[in-house]
Amino acid sequence: MNALTTTMSADSRGRRARRRSGTITRVVVLGAIAIAFISPIIFMIVTSLKTRADATAIPPSWIPNPISLQAFASILAPGTSTPVLQWFANSMVAAALNATLVVITASLAAYPLARMQFRGKNFVFVIIVATLLVPPVILVIPNYLIVSELGWLNSLVAIIIPTAASAFGVFFMRQFFVGLPIELEEAARLDGANRFVIFMQVVLPLAKPALATLALLAFLGNWNDFLWPVYVLFSPEVQTLPAGLSTLQSANAVRYDLLMAGAVVASVPVLALFIFLQRFIIEGVSRSGVKG
Amino acid sequence: MSTKVGERALPTGRARRPSASDQKPQKNRGVPAGTRQQGLATPWLFLAPYLLLFGSFVILPAVLGVWISLHSWDYTLPNKPFIGLDNYVALFSPGSTVFGPFWGSMRATGIFTVLSVPLLLIVPLAVALLMSKKFPGRDFLRAIYFAPYVLGVAVISVLWRYLLDNNIGLVNHYLGLLGLPDDTAWTTTTPAAWVALVGVTVWWTLGFNAVIYLAGLQDIPIELYEAARVDGAGPWMQFLHVTIPGLKPILSFITIITLLASANMFGQSYLMTQGGPGRETRTAIYQIADAGLRNFQMGSAAAMSYVLTVFLMAISALVFYIFREKQPKKLKKEVRS
Repeated sequence: MNALTTTMSADSRGRRARRRSGTITRVVVLGAIAIAFISPIIFMIVTSLKTRADATAIPPSWIPNPISLQAFASILAPGTSTPVLQWFANSMVAAALNATLVVITASLAAYPLARMQFRGKNFVFVIIVATLLVPPVILVIPNYLIVSELGWLNSLVAIIIPTAASAFGVFFMRQFFVGLPIELEEAARLDGANRFVIFMQVVLPLAKPALATLALLAFLGNWNDFLWPVYVLFSPEVQTLPAGLSTLQSANAVRYDLLMAGAVVASVPVLALFIFLQRFIIEGVSRSGVKG
Repeated sequence: MSTKVGERALPTGRARRPSASDQKPQKNRGVPAGTRQQGLATPWLFLAPYLLLFGSFVILPAVLGVWISLHSWDYTLPNKPFIGLDNYVALFSPGSTVFGPFWGSMRATGIFTVLSVPLLLIVPLAVALLMSKKFPGRDFLRAIYFAPYVLGVAVISVLWRYLLDNNIGLVNHYLGLLGLPDDTAWTTTTPAAWVALVGVTVWWTLGFNAVIYLAGLQDIPIELYEAARVDGAGPWMQFLHVTIPGLKPILSFITIITLLASANMFGQSYLMTQGGPGRETRTAIYQIADAGLRNFQMGSAAAMSYVLTVFLMAISALVFYIFREKQPKKLKKEVRS
């Protein structure tokens, strides 16, 4: 390969130079778009650090003057009708429990679908996968009634449990289990381990990256879920952050300093997860590509 | 593998060999990959927790929804009389009170879908193509393009309503600096509101589609490009005859999920335009949720959700059909049109 390139003609050397300048153009173009792309998020953070007057000043400025934590102090203060700190706690609890539930139920269900032969297996799998294509809207109205019957309206339980029936999770984990080499499980079988022990002690440790990815996607999905919480949670103190942001917006139509501070509070955990674990998230999406 | 099993089976008895290798070669190994080696109940015990959730909150509601749609089901009233198909009939009767709002919202969903889907198929593909070759900082750029998606619809909608504010918003400010009209009411007039809703959605989900495209591009064997180059194909011909056919399965997948996502648009409209001006940007999901869960006309809302679902299923089926039947060349036209 090296010998080949050194003996290349001037013509192909010119092509290589062109290709290099092509790469530079590419990086510059993509970099410029990327800056434009990220700038709204930067401006959200900038505005959240402005005073009320500064946030509505014309022309808008990219540097808060002075840098102020007023907006955060105001929305995070206890005893308001828009308890942002409470929403934050609600969102954390709901997303964490929902993700836990998704990971446990989906991986348990995926294992026999990947590794066992039994009557009804294909039927169960096809039904689960088929629901991936069913628009979630047909479930909203009846689920409201079911949740109401269960006494879960206006309670975080409604945000945690119904959405934990993740068909995507089952599909995702099944694909992962199918791809695992079967030899370790077979060895454990020879040692007389039963299926559950094999699942817990052999399969799950191998599945850690997939479990982490699924947990992250479920967490993000639940944290960002909007329609369901907006309609199911009506008291301010039980709302999650997205529903709360809607309440905050109706209460403070043009107090953009407060709204941006609220948006920042709703963004910090997911942005932090994304920054530290983006590989899991992006690879999870690109491998399966179903909205989380 | 089967020969190995056969060899092992051979010493134990000649008569057994044919049946062992014919039927279930693995059975003799004692550690089959997928034969019935567990109790009958075992798989169902594994499945039970999930199926409990799935049955209660996916299957039951899907069936219950049909039942509700056959009733005059007002959540706040004790009586919910059975009315057969009246809810559906009303949706298709121009004189009824639900006809106008429902089809208006279907129209809004249609407009949004038609405007957003082509952009969400083409722009992310362009980004993915630019990023398909390795270069310094590629992973970082990929992360930046993806970042808006992790924020969720509530955050990005509240953020963009601020950026699009007609008096103090950043967008009008910069348009003014460029010598363009700087007083567009992005969230309270059409067609500006559609530009805003579509633009924000493209910004929000571009990275998501790009990441899927990127994975698809990386699955196309590099030898195919080399072979095409040897045959004298330039970049455009390579794109047409290697990239597009290679992306075919990914394309149909992205088309379906993007269509469904766009047809399910709700948050952007709810928070940025409040469905306005008037009801012009009130989407079908918005209308269904509001009719069912604010006004508690659940029978009618459930009927609406099934009508919408039939539309979406038909469109999904059409997409599957297009991608299955057509040749790669025509396929490209479909995607671009």
